[in-house]
This record gives sequence, structure tokens and C-alpha cells, in this order.
Amino acid sequence: MAISSQPKLLSDAASRWLVGTIALVLVVVPVLNLLVPADSALHLSSYWVSLLGKYLCLALLALALDLVWGYAGILSLGHGAFFALGGYAMGMYLMRQIGERGVYGNPVLPDFMVFLDWQELPWYWYGFDDFLFAALMVVLVPGALAFAFGWFAFRSRVTGVYLSIITQALTFALMLAFFRNDMGFGGNNGLTDFKDILGFSLAAEGTKSALFVASGVALIGGYLLCRRVVTSRLGRVLVAVREAESRTRFLGYRVEHYKLFVFVLSAMLAGIAGALYVPQVGIINPGEFAPLVSIEIVVWVAVGGRGYLYGAIVGALLVNYGKTWFTGAFPEIWLFLLGGLFVVSTLFLPRGVVGLLQRRRSSHQPSPPSPSPQAAAQAEEGAR
Amino acid sequence: MKLLFALLLALMAVGAGAAESPDTATDEPAATFEAVALGLGSASFREKTALVERLAGFADPRVPVLLETLLAGDLYADATTGALYIGKADPAPLVGATEASAPPDKLRKVITNNSLRSALRPLIAATRLRDPDPEVRARAARTLIGEVPLALTPTLEQVTATEQHSEVRQALRTALASVQLADADPGVRIAAVRELADNSDKQILTLLEQRARQEQEADVSAALAEAIAALQAREKWFAFFGDLFFGLSLGSVLLLAAVGLAITFGVMGVINMAHGEMIMLGAYTTYVVQLLMPEHIELSLLVAVPAAFLVSGLVGIAIERGVIRFLYGRPLETLLATFGISLVLQQLVRTIFSPLNKSVITPDWLSGSWQINGMLSLTYNRLYIILFALAVLVTLVGLLRKTPIGLQMRAVTQNRAMASSMGIRTGRVDALTFGLGSGVAGIAGVALSQLTNVGPNLGQSYIIDSFLVVVFGGVGNLFGTFVAAMSLGVVTKFAEPLVGAVLAKILILVFVILFIQWRPRGLFALKGRFVED
Repeated sequence: MAISSQPKLLSDAASRWLVGTIALVLVVVPVLNLLVPADSALHLSSYWVSLLGKYLCLALLALALDLVWGYAGILSLGHGAFFALGGYAMGMYLMRQIGERGVYGNPVLPDFMVFLDWQELPWYWYGFDDFLFAALMVVLVPGALAFAFGWFAFRSRVTGVYLSIITQALTFALMLAFFRNDMGFGGNNGLTDFKDILGFSLAAEGTKSALFVASGVALIGGYLLCRRVVTSRLGRVLVAVREAESRTRFLGYRVEHYKLFVFVLSAMLAGIAGALYVPQVGIINPGEFAPLVSIEIVVWVAVGGRGYLYGAIVGALLVNYGKTWFTGAFPEIWLFLLGGLFVVSTLFLPRGVVGLLQRRRSSHQPSPPSPSPQAAAQAEEGAR
Repeated sequence: MKLLFALLLALMAVGAGAAESPDTATDEPAATFEAVALGLGSASFREKTALVERLAGFADPRVPVLLETLLAGDLYADATTGALYIGKADPAPLVGATEASAPPDKLRKVITNNSLRSALRPLIAATRLRDPDPEVRARAARTLIGEVPLALTPTLEQVTATEQHSEVRQALRTALASVQLADADPGVRIAAVRELADNSDKQILTLLEQRARQEQEADVSAALAEAIAALQAREKWFAFFGDLFFGLSLGSVLLLAAVGLAITFGVMGVINMAHGEMIMLGAYTTYVVQLLMPEHIELSLLVAVPAAFLVSGLVGIAIERGVIRFLYGRPLETLLATFGISLVLQQLVRTIFSPLNKSVITPDWLSGSWQINGMLSLTYNRLYIILFALAVLVTLVGLLRKTPIGLQMRAVTQNRAMASSMGIRTGRVDALTFGLGSGVAGIAGVALSQLTNVGPNLGQSYIIDSFLVVVFGGVGNLFGTFVAAMSLGVVTKFAEPLVGAVLAKILILVFVILFIQWRPRGLFALKGRFVED
């Protein structure tokens, strides 16, 4: 079930399957792209490599959300903000790499700053020409924001819906802020026109495959890390927090510390996902902070099944593939479908696709019943 | 100003004077109104200006008609006699016509230019100073402030002396004082400054400031400085009131958007992310109502209010019965499901009405503004929205407190099981409460359709604000919602000039986020001993 008590990371079949599949894909896709000749039927175009790489990043983002929502019961409607912050940190590095190849040929200032007639680089852009520094910022900036936000929110015991609404307000405020030109992040247009990363051209097929592999490795690493967290003793406390926060507190646990830890960890994972996403799509703009983007992440997790970790990955891949296909084939019905998906998954699939599959399997071989989050919530509601 | 005027006239004369014959214009004062008027037809632009100024000094009843006809470009003169007629196709004799009508081919239009027209306007106002209606006299006197041509000063003095109506006399004295600011006698100037210091008008402040720059006499300068300071202080106050009013109207918009949410979220505990779309449906209902009754736009809003209440209310009831009732006690799931519904509704509206914004017509009684004085004017649409928001709030509070259905709603909220055993059909009450909240959102949509663009994204832009207002005010407390909406509106308005609109919005968001950390239950939390879980 969702809450595994086994100590080993890859002890359950689903985890082994998942990690194995991703690892296989990580080998097969670059081979099909780079080694199979372009005229062969088996050749995979670079477009697909980037698209798949994008999906893997979004899956990592969904995984990060599942860690807080599925286990600690914190429904963040602002995870897109952490993702976008990580993306911006990477975008700033990529902007600095453009150097004199920009339209205005300024060796230090990015094009939009020259355009706005800025004379020198703002202080917060210093250091971003160094990849290691940028990589550090990718995790530190979202982590610091999550720490500051969580520190106040969890200590004041802002929970449930209230927390969801203020996380949404947070990402909304950030969106408005990043839309401003004087923020120094390119305003409306965001950061784009990237040329290369670590000296490799972003347009090259090899770089795309490398980024794809990096995304996959990050996803596997993120998954193992999350598994490590949720199978530990800490993970069990988190589940206790999810099921009955006050009771856990009365038992002597510092609930806010547990929540803060997992919230910051999740924000950092989201930041990494954003950082890997940006070079593959080639742009980052304030639209990523939009509340709708963050809510969409929630739907990936809900569709896949929350509280399983791999459910979030499955959900993110399914919904995003659906989105790519539908917005291409029937753009006008995509929102109907997405909206319908929200309703259907909450009404009829309370445990997502993964939960549905598991229930079918367990009807063949009866296993001891364990309470699902919903059952527990209902029981609690009845007791009230 | 006068200098500029003369310069302009000179320029005009150089440009246009050649074509005109200067024979009829003399420096001799014409004895009668008729004699002056007959010269108009053949005068140059410069002479015409002098002539009309003299004409305005006569008390003849034909003066206003003549000047207005000239301004409208409808005055024609007989080429030989100079007799004046109104209109060309069917000329009506005005001045100096001996026969009933003249042969039309001999008529020539009395042409005007920009400078003559701008000279005409204050003159026409001056002639209206003798109008029997005191309203007309007062308005005419106000248009004359700072614009009085020197030739009219005697007329103005005379009219002021005989005026009986106190309001008109006050306006006349202000107008007169505005001329006397440039008087040769310093005593008269000081008296004029004192006279003007009591006014609340931006125009007068400008006049005084202009004069202060030219003034040589020390005494007059001191009086001017004092008067300017007094006016500036008053201007600051009125600007403050104007901002306060604007902030309150902004707060009223927030209140209207949030009060429905205060019922569904505050009273029922349902997170309705589709609340913004209920507002949007209300706005589109207004649009459709106006399409259906294009002949009666003035009444359309009165029809739209109940119509929007019904449309949004029924959609709300459908949502409650179809989706939300299966999700009670699971607020996070409700949030997701209703968000899905909001996406569907948006796309539905996009499919039916196109993604473009629709224009909703503002009836006449809502446009324009209420000019309280020269420094403060309140636009009617903002004034009405404040009144409307208060009316909606009072009605809702009354409904919840004083009616049987309100009693049932409160009972179900407080103790569902007990209410149910007392024979209240809780399911029905749930549906009605949700319908009520949604319906009120629809009404808000009617009001918003007068202020913003009606498009599929209308609701989205209000949903976050609405939630913040409800959470800030304290869940389950309509009074808290009221206070929260008004204070957020006013604070936003006062912060905007300091930091800019976007940053003000961001600061408000951050403020509310921090405030919720401090008081997680909002401003006016329901008191009681309870723990969750």
C-alpha cells in the first residue's frame, strides 16, 4: 500500500519496475536518436528527445508535490513557484553564457537589460556565470523561500485549505513581481535565446540527449530520495501528521519541524526539475508562476494517485502526454477534458490510476485491508 | 493670458485679413445693437472679435441667439445690406431684415475661425447671465471664471450688483475677482485674492499661481501666498477624500466578489474555486439581457440583477447536487473538483461567446460624475457600486438572520446531525445555501460588467482576491468580510501612488499572507474551544 514499512528502498515490485523502466528508457532513447540513422523507421527525432526530457522534469515536479501532499497532507497550490524559481536560476546562468552573441553584443548585460538601458548588472545576477554557483542557487533559492514560508506557516499552524490558499497567493504574488520589468528578470518575455550550456550548444543533438539523460537520472535520484524519506521513521510521522495533525502533536512530535523539512526538500526537488526543464524548452517566463500551472501539477498527482510516489510519476506522464496530443489534435476541447479530469478523478478515482490497478490486483489475492487517506478522513468526519 | 490672446488674434488677422473689406468697422462706438450687428457680415476676423465683444454688452434679447448661431456656423448675412439671417435653405430673419425673406443667392455665411469661436464661448456665457433660470445663470457664471474678456467687465459688475440669487451671486463674484486679479489697483487685487481664497477649485488655484509669478507688489504677493496655501491645503484634503472614496469603491467591488464566497466557503466550508466563474456568468447574463432588450438599455441592469442571480444560482445548485455533495468533509478534493468545473465553464463560455471580450453598455444614469466642487467629483458608477454592495450585504445578513431559510442554514452549519433530527432537510438546505452564494456572485458579475471587461477570464482575476478577503476577514463572518474588503480596497488605493499598482497588489498579497500567519483564523475569528483532527 501507500505507506510501506519495509526499510529497503527498492523492496517493492512497483519501485523496481519504475526505476528499471526509466533506466531502460534512458539508454534506449539516446541510442535511437544518436546511433540509429535518420532514415531508419526506428530513429527518434530530437523533438521527441526534448519532449520526453520535458515529461521527465514534470514527473520530478509531480513527485516533489506528492511528497508533501501525499505524505504530509500539505496541499501546495504554489509548487509551480519553486519550479519556476529553479528554472529562473538556470535561465540566468544560460543568459550569462550567451555573452557577446546577443543581439546587442554586450559581453556582460543580457539583451533585455541593454534594451531597458541598464548600465550595469544588478547585484543578484553576480555569480550566475559560474555553473556551480547557479546549480547551488537552483536548490537554495526555492529551498530558502520554502523555508521562510513554511517556518511562518507551520509554526502558526496554518493548515489545510488556508495553507493551500496562501500558497496560491504566494505564487500569484511572485508572478506579478516577475512580470515587472524593473525586477531584472526580463519581465513579460522572461529569459530566452539561450545558446549553450557548459560549453555545449543547446541545439546539438548530443546536448539534448545528455539533458534527457540528466533529467531521467534526476528523476530516479529524486524517487530514491523520496522513497528513503517516506520509508524512514520520519516518513511514518509525516503520515501521522497527514491523518491527524493535532493528535501527532499531542503525542510529543514537533509537527512543524517535520512539515518544514519535507516542504523544503520538496521545494528543492521542484527547483531541480525547473532547472532541467528550462534548457530543454529554451525559455522561462513569469507564466510558469501562474496559479493554473500549479494546480495542474496537483491534478497530475491526483490522476496518478497520491501517496504512492510512483503514482505521481505515472500521472504526470499520462496527463502531459494527453495534453500534448489533445492540444495538437483538438485544442478547443483540452480544457473541457482537463476540467473533466479534475472532477472525475476526485469523484471516481480517489486514489488515482495506480490505486485502481492495485485494487484490481488485490481482488485476486486478498491482502489485509489498510486504511486509505480518504477512508480515514471519512471516519474522522463521521466521528466529529 | 490676454497677451497670448492678442497675439493669436494678430496672427489670425495676418492670415485671413486680406480677403475681407475693412470698410464697415469703425472705432466710433455704435449707437445701437442693430448698427453693430449689421457690420458683422463684412468684417475681418479681428474686427468680428471686437464686434461680438461689443454686441455681448447689449441687453437686447437677440444677443444670445445671434452669438450662438454664429458659434454654430449657422449665421448668414445679406451681401449688400448686412442684414442677418439664421440658416441658408430657409433663412429666418434675425437683425435688420426689412422684408419677410431675402433672396437666398445673396446670402453669405458669416465665417468664424478658432480664435473667434473661443472668444465667443465666454461671451455666450455672459449673455446667459441674464437668463431667468438661476441654474443657467450659475453655470454661466462658473464658465466665466478666469475667462472673462476685458470688454465684459462692466457688464459683469452690473449683473453682479443686481443679482438676487445668493449662489449665482457668489459665482459671479468669483468670476469678477478672477478678472480683478489683473487690475491696475493693488487694493482691488488684494480684495480679489481674498475673495478667491474661499473657493475650492483647481482652476482658481492655477489662476492664483499664475498671478503670483507676475505679481510685483509685496502686499499682494503676501495675500496671494496665503490664499494659495489655503487652497493647496484644501486640495490635499479633497484629494484624500477622493482617494478614500475610490478605495471604498474598490473595496465594494471586492466585497461584492467575496460576499458570495463568504457564504459558500465561510458558512458551508466548501472551497468553491468556480466562484469566479459564477461572477463571470453573471456578467455574461448582463450582456445577454442587453442583447435581448436593445430598446431599453436604461432598464437592462434592473432586469439583469435578478436574471444573473437566477442563472448563477441555478448553476451553483447544479454543481452542488452534481459534484460537491459527494465531497463534503474533503475540502481539498472539493477544491480540485470545483477548479475543474471552473475550467469547463470558462471553456464553455469561450465556445459559445468567443474568447474575445464583450462590451456591456453602461446606462446613462450610471455614467458621468457628481461634481461636488472644483476639487472633488465622484463618478456615479463608483458611487452606485458602493451603495449596491452595501445593499447586497444588508439583504444577505437580513436573509440569514431573519428568515426561516436563514435559520435553517445556520442550524445546518452549526450542527448538521441535530438539524437533521429536528426535521430540516439538510440536503435541500445545502443546495439552497450554495445556490444563494453562487447567485450573489452572479449579482456581483452584473456590477463588475460595468467596471471591467466582460471576458472568459473575468472570474479568474477575482478568485484569489476573494479568497484572501474571506480568509482575512475571518471565515463564517459576513461583517469580517465587509471590514476586510473595505480595508484592503482603501489600503490598495492609498498604496498605489506610492509604489505603483502592481507592487501595491504584491504588497497586499504579502501582507495578507503574513497576517494569516499571525491570526490563522482571520480578523474576526469565530470564538470557541475546538481542535481539528
